[in-house]
Amino acid sequence: MTSIGTGYDLSASTYSPDGRIFQVEYANKAVENSGTAIGLRVKDGVVLAVEKLVHSKLLVPGVNRRIQTVDRHIGLATAGLLADGRHLANRARDEAASFRDQYRQPPPLKQIADRLGLYVQAYTLYSSVRPFGISTILGAVDKTGPALYVVEPSGVFHGYHGAAVGKGRQLAKTELEKLKLSELTTREAVKEAARIIYLVHEDAKEKEFELEMSWVGDETNGIHLPVPKDLQTAAEQAAKAALETFE
Amino acid sequence: MDHVDINRLKTGEVNLGTSIMAVQFEGGVVIGADSRTTTGSYIANRVTDKLTYVHDRIYCCRSGSAADTQAVADIVHYALQMYSQTAGEPPTVHHAASVFQKLCYENKDQLTAGIIVAGWDKEVGPSVYNIPLGGGLFRQPWAIGGSGSTYVYGYCDATYRDGWGRDECINFVKNTLALAMSRDGSSGGVIRMCVITEEKVERLFVPGDELPRFWEGREVLGEAVPKKQPVGEAGIGLVPMAVEA
Amino acid sequence: MDHFPTNWGRPRNDAYDPYGTYPIAHRPNNGPKDAFADAVQRTQQPIVTGTSVLAIKYKDGIMMAADNLASYGSLARFKDIQRLQPVGAHTVIGAGGDMSDFQYIQLMLDELIIDEFSAQDGHTLGPAEVHEYLAQVMYARRSKMNPLWNSILVGGVKDGKRFLAYVDLLGTTYSASTLATGYGAYIAQPLLRTAVEGKEDILTEEEAYKILEQSMRVLYYRDARTIDKYQVATVTEKGVYISESRRLDTNWSFAEGIRGYGAQTQ
Repeated sequence: MTSIGTGYDLSASTYSPDGRIFQVEYANKAVENSGTAIGLRVKDGVVLAVEKLVHSKLLVPGVNRRIQTVDRHIGLATAGLLADGRHLANRARDEAASFRDQYRQPPPLKQIADRLGLYVQAYTLYSSVRPFGISTILGAVDKTGPALYVVEPSGVFHGYHGAAVGKGRQLAKTELEKLKLSELTTREAVKEAARIIYLVHEDAKEKEFELEMSWVGDETNGIHLPVPKDLQTAAEQAAKAALETFE
Repeated sequence: MDHVDINRLKTGEVNLGTSIMAVQFEGGVVIGADSRTTTGSYIANRVTDKLTYVHDRIYCCRSGSAADTQAVADIVHYALQMYSQTAGEPPTVHHAASVFQKLCYENKDQLTAGIIVAGWDKEVGPSVYNIPLGGGLFRQPWAIGGSGSTYVYGYCDATYRDGWGRDECINFVKNTLALAMSRDGSSGGVIRMCVITEEKVERLFVPGDELPRFWEGREVLGEAVPKKQPVGEAGIGLVPMAVEA
Repeated sequence: MDHFPTNWGRPRNDAYDPYGTYPIAHRPNNGPKDAFADAVQRTQQPIVTGTSVLAIKYKDGIMMAADNLASYGSLARFKDIQRLQPVGAHTVIGAGGDMSDFQYIQLMLDELIIDEFSAQDGHTLGPAEVHEYLAQVMYARRSKMNPLWNSILVGGVKDGKRFLAYVDLLGTTYSASTLATGYGAYIAQPLLRTAVEGKEDILTEEEAYKILEQSMRVLYYRDARTIDKYQVATVTEKGVYISESRRLDTNWSFAEGIRGYGAQTQ
């Protein structure tokens, strides 16, 4: 960031002389400061997991969810500014409803990712707005099977087998790469997801966190739902146990 | 500006008082229609093509107002072109039928349109959808429509069997339409058919003088002479001329 | 020459009569119309229609029945139509009247259910909420002179409470332990009342089914817009279940010995 302070970073509508848009890069910084979010696309579905950092002990457990539901079969997890995540989820719901209205069928995830990409990108063009300070993981099972996409603050989106955004993404990606994602079941993936979130949290141990997990696939009849309590507890216990052997 | 009374306009309109039909089979669909267009009892066009292209493997059969159904089909044609270009894949038949249905339902007050949508797509293979007057959407293995169809419901119910192949479906369509055309004054002319499969769309044609023929009543002239009294045999059975007293 | 002074100096209405083919005496009135001349006629008429829906309360919940026919005037046009539809996890609706409007209502409710589901706030819509929503929509549409041409029964169970109510194209609502729309209101409702009233908490699922089956049979005998193929929906605390299509057993053998219409004996 050598060009900081040269005046080219004050507006999303201004390029720096070497062709960068600093406001978008700063938006990525907002993502990097956030608790990790991961997504696993496996054999029979998709699992989303979020390391939700709890900034106050006075907060009621379970509030300020970072995994949201867009449509019956679509889940969305964000890393970055919480309020931006909620705004984008609302937009995603509108897009899904509009697709259903037009085509009379459940929207394929790619279409939603595409439309959200266009929306996010529009916020990188004007001096009067600020780009979204979030990276968004979208997970679903649609007519093409399990699907996983990530929309970045610049508006680009890519499809993934496994995705990680936020503070612990590097380590999370390394762990995801070790898995044979396309052979895993969602049930197995829930355990792996919990383990990875607990693992990447090691570096930020001073803060409390809640593990948020959701899944969609054969286990849930194609509907995006929070992981059931018993499975979540089992996964968390296994994660804690694995942490001790990992050292 | 004077108020235009839509219904006064509609009474003088060109109508597809029609017989149309579609049947699905294992590998595709057969669609068919007569070719008569009328204004009242005058045949405005005797060789109309009522089988309308809306996408490469999706056609519709139009019945009702010619103007309304052409306008609707044109809009759907446009919508499907836009879809296939932006999505990079051909639309499904259900998608096409949904667009038709939306237009027909949302404008039901001003439209007179009964449309059958049929075709082939890679998701479900062949399918047939019926969109009758009010703008409902109904999937059927076979569908008939237009004024002529009311005369042949019984024939279709009695004849249709699941599991037919291409040729059996062609015959079913041909015979049904010929029967409808023979009883419905607003249907007639030739039979046009299309066979839509994954590979191609094949056009079939039955000229008006080669339609399948069914029972058409007894010969009127042959019955005029009583059978038991053959002509020519002298005196016997002949009605005597008036005898003067 | 136009001999009608009221038409003098006004343009002929070309929209109706481009070639002036009207007999002079029948010249259209081009004068100012009354205050409502520009009003839009929107109240349509139902075209593809379904007939009665029946529903009763019983021990474990509610049960609803409707046949599989969508008529086109007197033509029995579609014989495999489902007129019962689950809405969320606790509710079922059954509709008579225009089937295109019913399909529209189904899309609308599906959107509503998705909105509620994606809120993930721990709340779900029960039959009472669905009924209230429908009543508001139906009344709003009739007030725009553009009604959704249906009469609908809404039934369900949530939080241990049974719910059964009616709403129609005017936005009229009422609730009772037995309900019937269309012809069923005249023919089946009296039968349902005698069979059910006072026994809502006693009737078993089998008994409830028998009552509906018998009423559907009587309707089949006396309503000219029915077929003998129908479905039954049950809603209990466990959720919504809609049966496969069933065929009615009907009795005609008594007719064989009937002769003439009075004194005739052979």
